[in-house]
Amino acid sequence: MADWMYLENILLPKNLNFMLLQTTSLTFAYPGQAPISFPDISLAGGEALLLLGQSGSGKTTLLNLLSGLLTPSQGSVMLDGVNLSALKGHRLDLFRGQHIGIVFQKPHLITALSVKQNLELAQFFGKKKGLSPSDLLQDLGLAVKATAAVGTLSEGEAQRVSIARALVNSPKLILADEPTSSLDDLHAQRVVQLLKAQAAKIGAALVIVTHDQRVKSEVSQVLEVKSA
Amino acid sequence: MNLLTLSWKYLSFRPLSTGLNAILLAFGLAIITVLLLVQHQFEQKMTRDAAGIDLVVGAKGSPLQLILASVYHIDFPTGNIKMEEAQRISRNRLVKQVIPLAMGDNMQGFRIVGTNHDYLSLYEVSFAAGKAWEFPFEVTLGATAAQALGLKLGDSFIGSHGISVGSHDHDQQQFKVTGILAPTGKVVDRLVLTSIESVWYTHDEQGEESIATEEVELPLEEGTSLEEEAHDAHAEAMDPLKVPVAAQGFPSTNQEREVTSLLVRYRNPMAAIQLPRMINSATSMQAASPAFEMSRLFELLGVGISLLQGLAIALVVIAGLSIFIALYNSLKERKYDLAILRTLGASRLQLVTLVFLEGISLTTLGALLGIALGHGFLAIIVELTAQEVVSMVDPWIFLPEEGLIFGYALAVGMLASLIPAWSAYQTSIAKQLTKT
Repeated sequence: MADWMYLENILLPKNLNFMLLQTTSLTFAYPGQAPISFPDISLAGGEALLLLGQSGSGKTTLLNLLSGLLTPSQGSVMLDGVNLSALKGHRLDLFRGQHIGIVFQKPHLITALSVKQNLELAQFFGKKKGLSPSDLLQDLGLAVKATAAVGTLSEGEAQRVSIARALVNSPKLILADEPTSSLDDLHAQRVVQLLKAQAAKIGAALVIVTHDQRVKSEVSQVLEVKSA
Repeated sequence: MNLLTLSWKYLSFRPLSTGLNAILLAFGLAIITVLLLVQHQFEQKMTRDAAGIDLVVGAKGSPLQLILASVYHIDFPTGNIKMEEAQRISRNRLVKQVIPLAMGDNMQGFRIVGTNHDYLSLYEVSFAAGKAWEFPFEVTLGATAAQALGLKLGDSFIGSHGISVGSHDHDQQQFKVTGILAPTGKVVDRLVLTSIESVWYTHDEQGEESIATEEVELPLEEGTSLEEEAHDAHAEAMDPLKVPVAAQGFPSTNQEREVTSLLVRYRNPMAAIQLPRMINSATSMQAASPAFEMSRLFELLGVGISLLQGLAIALVVIAGLSIFIALYNSLKERKYDLAILRTLGASRLQLVTLVFLEGISLTTLGALLGIALGHGFLAIIVELTAQEVVSMVDPWIFLPEEGLIFGYALAVGMLASLIPAWSAYQTSIAKQLTKT
């Protein structure tokens, strides 16, 4: 007989060996438009996936579905055994804050706060003591910028801070939306390597959404999203 | 990190906008604070200063002026009245007590008031040092006057003619300080009190010659024979400056003398109906009721106060609108920020709270600044007008009503934040993140 455990209020068998991220038959329809269907995704902790596709192919829609920002018309997103569609309102917000780290195309840091405060803010909303912001900034070579205003950072530094913010709560899933599109080749490569290394370090699944072919070689699992 | 810190960070990130909005609100609230302080203290102090005075009798003229000059010492007297007439009033069966006042001089703007010791009892004074005047040209200083003039027991000074600074000095006689009163918070604090005789002798045109012709009745002292008394009296009658002044009632004199006004206390309620009418119709004097005149004054002042209140409310409303515009615009610029906060785990309610906190923090800042400005402004006015009517007001009293100012500020902050907060609540993260 299997032992049972509670995970996010859901009773699960302890010996269940599930993938960290599992999507099944995901479909989403914008009002008045044909539904978009997405291929299933399965990712274990520490694995990385590159979602490639042209503009308008639905990459960002898929990313929004994976982060729970959009609710699928059909299908499900299971993260660490939790169906995101089953979570509503504040519970979904909190789950996202605690378990999903998002890196955007532009850093979009809160300019009124310092570098370290941006990380502390993520911990405040996530209500989670994940990684130490100071240690994380040290790891990413940003320790000297901890108290700096974000407006004083270079583009590369700001992008690293946004990666640190996505990591600070030790999320189970890291989503990166076009993180390299505005970077040169060298920086693009560095950012992807950094994301992979940090995701592996905390055992998180990493999904990079991009149309940037330069990063294709950096990730072993590649999934091409094509518009219908 | 918490929502309050975040709201302050956002506010302090836009110092110009935050500062201007807070100052705009503060101006409106400062006016309200000043009005509140002045209105409250004026009414309270005026009522307290007039306690125990049912009627003021003086020369014909403006009854309000008579009250302001005789009770509050903030206006020019309407003139003088003959002492004979004044004494007749004191003998009226409807009168319980009469306190005569003689005015006309000042010491660096502090009025020198000739009266008797009943005036001290009227204001229930106690002495910080010394005792009440007993002889001509002895004075008792109110606490404020003593401090401002820097006078102490035994000091002498020369009074100036008139009741405001800048007139000629009465340098024939020097006043000597024999007593200093403890602070009372009443009008007596700002006065230099002496005997009526002192005021008379100061104003006698012939100076000391006139004083020398004054005949006074001497009070009998215990343990002295009538013969001795008569002898001493005769000797001292030649030098009225060495004769004790009248501690109660009117001074005795053989000359035609005048006083400025009388503070009258009724013997019974019937007096309130009969006495003023009798004085106004049958004598060359006028009678004015402090209660009636002050209520008339507050009514007149009320129009001005209402206008100022209207102006202050208009300023607060403008400030509210300005805060609303600032919050709304800042939120429009920060829509992406809000979406980012949502991806970090912030709930809609937390975003609404954040917007409200920004509005309320801004208005709280405005309220604090407004109250401080109001008190500070009043303190400057009081400092600049040390001997005038405004000096009655204590700028550093904090009234419980000032808590209402915080209430107004919070209400303005909440109202100004309503629409921006609703807008924040409705922010669609996915749509917002897709935009950029």
